[in-house]
Amino acid sequence: MSQPSMSEALGGVVRRDLLLAMRHRSDVAMSVFFVVIVASLFPLGVGPEAAVLRMIGPGVLWVTALLACLLSLGRLFTADYLDGVLEQTALIPQSLAVLVIGKVFAHWVVSGLPVVLLSPLLGLQFGLDGVTLGVLTLSLLLGTPTLSMIGAIGAALTLGLRGSGLLVALLVLPLFIPVLIFGAGAVTSSVSGIGSEANLSLLGACFLLSFAFAPWATAVALRIALE
Amino acid sequence: MQWGSVSEFFAMGGYGLYVWVSFGVTALCMFGEVLAVWRRHAAAVAESRDVS
Amino acid sequence: MGINWFKYSSPQAFHPLAGKMIPWFSVAAGLLIIIGLYIGFFVAPTDFQQGDSYRIIFVHVPAAWMSMFLYVIMAAWAGVGLGLNARPSFMMAQAIAPTGAMFTFIALLTGAMWGKPTWGAWWVWDARLTSELILLFQYIGIILLRAAIDDLRRADRASAVLALVGVVNVPIIYFSVRWWNTLHQGASVSMTASPKMATTMLTAMLIMTVGFWMYSFAVTLARVRCVILDRERQPMWGNQTSIQEVAEAR
Repeated sequence: MSQPSMSEALGGVVRRDLLLAMRHRSDVAMSVFFVVIVASLFPLGVGPEAAVLRMIGPGVLWVTALLACLLSLGRLFTADYLDGVLEQTALIPQSLAVLVIGKVFAHWVVSGLPVVLLSPLLGLQFGLDGVTLGVLTLSLLLGTPTLSMIGAIGAALTLGLRGSGLLVALLVLPLFIPVLIFGAGAVTSSVSGIGSEANLSLLGACFLLSFAFAPWATAVALRIALE
Repeated sequence: MQWGSVSEFFAMGGYGLYVWVSFGVTALCMFGEVLAVWRRHAAAVAESRDVS
Repeated sequence: MGINWFKYSSPQAFHPLAGKMIPWFSVAAGLLIIIGLYIGFFVAPTDFQQGDSYRIIFVHVPAAWMSMFLYVIMAAWAGVGLGLNARPSFMMAQAIAPTGAMFTFIALLTGAMWGKPTWGAWWVWDARLTSELILLFQYIGIILLRAAIDDLRRADRASAVLALVGVVNVPIIYFSVRWWNTLHQGASVSMTASPKMATTMLTAMLIMTVGFWMYSFAVTLARVRCVILDRERQPMWGNQTSIQEVAEAR
């Protein structure tokens, strides 16, 4: 039997996780509806004044996306951990960090991408205009993979612990803050007419940093959890 | 020495509340921590005697 | 002979050694803090701009420094523990965390006490304050993660990974909040433009800082002793968990 190459293994992980997600379509729908409902609650709580909504909109939408990512983190490794697949995966000769990238990517396609695609509609609720809607979508497109990447570290650290849902929030939210600041900052600067390029490039830097660092840390954390 | 009297010292030029709360809480935290560690150690020693 | 050396680096040998060191550090801490307070309250002059409220910095700045030093030291022990798989360095990291969290809390509280008379607000979203707050969250996260894991070996290593990730995070947060403040010009307060300090003020602050260092050594060593005793009491923890699992399965 010939050994599968790195890219074959990566593709296999992504394909398998997406297939599993398609079998549990209601899980995907839940995180999307969560975002819609939470984003709709804010105007009801704050009031319908257009100027206020336009001011808080970027922050609210970004925090909502962040919470949706947080809620879906539990699904990232738990099923594989419980049925023993994760233990087998750790034995594969390919680097565990690369396989983590595959799992995180599949997770993002299922939980992050729908939120990104939905965000222009949600932005309309907050009275954001054309260009800003574009910046919002772009910032989420850059930011949500970063959130999934960082969140994976927390998910791996708390794997199989009691009360891990709350614990992962406490561990991961401080790590999300830079992404939140740059992401919401990009949209805010677009609302107030300043260019959003600087914030977007910093968001890109966060993505690259997390891409270089987080899968490796997640792999270490997974090995610790599996011992 | 810049303080004319004891009450002047405690008044801290009108900022007494802020200054003494800061120093008070710091002292409380540090003494509290020392006490907590002390008691934890005593409990640990007592329990390890019980076991052996 | 090799066995002897091994014994000296073991927790059992470290316990009495730490016991001998603690009194010295305690006495040094007490003396230095008393000297620092004396200089701070009786020698250092009243500040011509801030009045006597500035005396808060004699605890605020040393506490803030300690909170950061201790985090870096904790992360370093955690890194050594992960790299060399050394149990004593995990114990050091475990012992440092509560003291670091306490100093972070003190720094935040005294910062608010200093901010109210100086800026007119208990809290501003300044980069330093925000980073300090996040530092407190990270300390709490590390302590809670350790508390949530029953398996000692996993608890050691998982909280070590979290501590190391946090080391990267805090500078990024400091930078990002500064960036964010330039976007929201109205709220930003410049703390960098502080007037030049008198030498006596600086002396008092440095002596207090060394005193806090000594205090941290003493308390951390005392807590390491507790950790050693707690762990030695249950040398069979591996068996215990498996017994627990069997009991739960029934």
